[in-house]
Amino acid sequence: MGYVLNKESFSDLVSALLKDYRIFAPVLKKGAGRFTDVDCVIYDEIKDASEIELEKKSDYASKEFLTPLSETLLYFTEEEVKEADLCEKKVLIFGRSCDLNGLKRLDQIYLDNGLAKDPFYKRRRDLIKPVLIGCGHSYDNCFCVSMDSNKFEEGYAFSVDLIDGEIHSNVLDKEFDSFFKAAAGAKELDVTPRFVTENEVKVEIPDEIPGRIITDDLWDEYTTRCINCGRCNFVCPTCTCYTMQDVFYSDNGRVGERRRVSASCMVDGYTDVAGGGQYRRKNGERMRFKVLHKISDFKKRFGYQMCVGCGRCDDICPEYISFSNIINKVNDAVKKEVNS
Amino acid sequence: MANLDVNVGKLKKNAFRYSKVRGETASRIRIPGGVIDSASMAKVVEIAEKYGTGVINITNRQGIEIPGIKLEDVDKVNAEVQEVIDALRINQPEKSKGYPSSGTRNVIACPGARLCPFGCYDTTAFAQKMENNIYPNDRHVKIAFTGCSNDCGKVRMADFGIIGMTEPQYNKDRCVACGACVDYCKRRSVGALQLVNGKVVRDTDKCIGCGVCVVYCPTRAWTRSREHYFRVVLLGRTGKKNPRLAEDFIKWADEESILKMVKNTYAYIEEYIDPNAVEHKEHIGYIVDRTGFEEFKKWIFEGVELGPKAEVNDRIYWGGKNYAKYGG
Repeated sequence: MGYVLNKESFSDLVSALLKDYRIFAPVLKKGAGRFTDVDCVIYDEIKDASEIELEKKSDYASKEFLTPLSETLLYFTEEEVKEADLCEKKVLIFGRSCDLNGLKRLDQIYLDNGLAKDPFYKRRRDLIKPVLIGCGHSYDNCFCVSMDSNKFEEGYAFSVDLIDGEIHSNVLDKEFDSFFKAAAGAKELDVTPRFVTENEVKVEIPDEIPGRIITDDLWDEYTTRCINCGRCNFVCPTCTCYTMQDVFYSDNGRVGERRRVSASCMVDGYTDVAGGGQYRRKNGERMRFKVLHKISDFKKRFGYQMCVGCGRCDDICPEYISFSNIINKVNDAVKKEVNS
Repeated sequence: MANLDVNVGKLKKNAFRYSKVRGETASRIRIPGGVIDSASMAKVVEIAEKYGTGVINITNRQGIEIPGIKLEDVDKVNAEVQEVIDALRINQPEKSKGYPSSGTRNVIACPGARLCPFGCYDTTAFAQKMENNIYPNDRHVKIAFTGCSNDCGKVRMADFGIIGMTEPQYNKDRCVACGACVDYCKRRSVGALQLVNGKVVRDTDKCIGCGVCVVYCPTRAWTRSREHYFRVVLLGRTGKKNPRLAEDFIKWADEESILKMVKNTYAYIEEYIDPNAVEHKEHIGYIVDRTGFEEFKKWIFEGVELGPKAEVNDRIYWGGKNYAKYGG
């Protein structure tokens, strides 16, 4: 069932939903960017429909509710351990097609990658329902069409497209029909969420990437260009790596907490091992690992591409390194090798 | 050459230089904040070609001098330069008479937050506001704005140096302990950060509010304060007697207080300037050397209410070379 809502009725709808759900959505944070008076779009819990940023592409990904940048998992005393509390209220997460396709990759890693399911991920995952933000146009650096993640047609609760000041929604999950019907001024109408069908940026990924690509000199320039800040990982809707912090409260020393914090394969320390070893020291090597993980290794294991082509890594890179461009460089290098 | 009879005092106040080349002068264009629109720049070029020698000097204080102008052309240049004065919104009691004073120098600014990643505020806008606040005035006052503690604006050579600051805001829930802020603060700034138990602790006494942590934080755990803050440094100067760098006066000052303090400075100068000063010109610092800093402070704080974060240095001791006292 589809609905068209004006701003007021959308606001009513969100207010009604907030009684049953916590809502996480992109929010424009004034002045929160790196530079003075530059804004930043970050996911946050909203209390009012007006906070939801539906026009700009978010700088950070929608994964932050599911995999918080920093999350206390448990508290420990001498003999006992207690899991950290988590609000049990159901959660709606707004995301574009790229974000929601990214969700499938997060599930793959945390729930379906070996025998164990990650309980701390699962307890959050069980709470959420995704809400699709339609894309009326492609944004800078998007290459979702090449990655086959420009569409997300099943599994969302309802969709939201902001068109000429009105919200167009297609409701897939019957549970939400009553909310829409109750929103004053909502008109019933057939609605199809908007999807991008072409991006300015396109990539081509070879079916087979020979192992010899790791010694190609295409990675060398990134040893000096990349500053290994890890932004590309932290904003990526599909990066899942984390590290642990066991912290002993300084006033006591025998009580503390265990945190899990996001990790980045670009940042120093990621490949540190006992004895002082470090597998990938050069930033070019780290870049190679990241790129091949996104477009080759994950696929070998799970049968589909990890990267969803949202381009957030390109948007945020302070050194103007283009991930999509690296993919195409890999493609060219493989083609050259095949032809020679 | 015509029979020259020129009031040199007036000529200088009208922002024309006394030139060593007899019969010539140079027109000094004020560019508050160092930003000029291209049409005005084209006009400057036109004047230089028409009345000057086709040469333009870029001055040390972000102004322009058009040299080689004949003294008899001063009125014509004043008429032509009017559109530049209008475009740059310079205060002027009477149109087409050129600049009404030159004592208070062009207010300078580094590119600041309009362009620079480290700039903590719009230096140009503040410089233009300051210009509007104090110009025209014949008193010799130098004011300079710089966006951050890098001090590319070299504001410690000015009477009032304004250095941009931001108060870093830390959201520990977004911090992953990557260490970028700690590392860059140490290498690019003062080393005010350290990792304790997987989170960052900021030494608020040590922190200079440069914003390097915010620039390098990959997760937005560090962001800038909503308020723009400033460090005010006082009474630096060049010159023959006692050149010295400006010293810290207020940390975490606000814009409004700075505008008021500078405005108040003029009343202090009127009260205490040496009546016999050469060309009625005296650096404020020498006046303060006579009256004592307490008296100066009393005058400039008139009606000023500093914000709650402001930290004032009550005693300031300047250094520098004192050639007048100890010789060279």
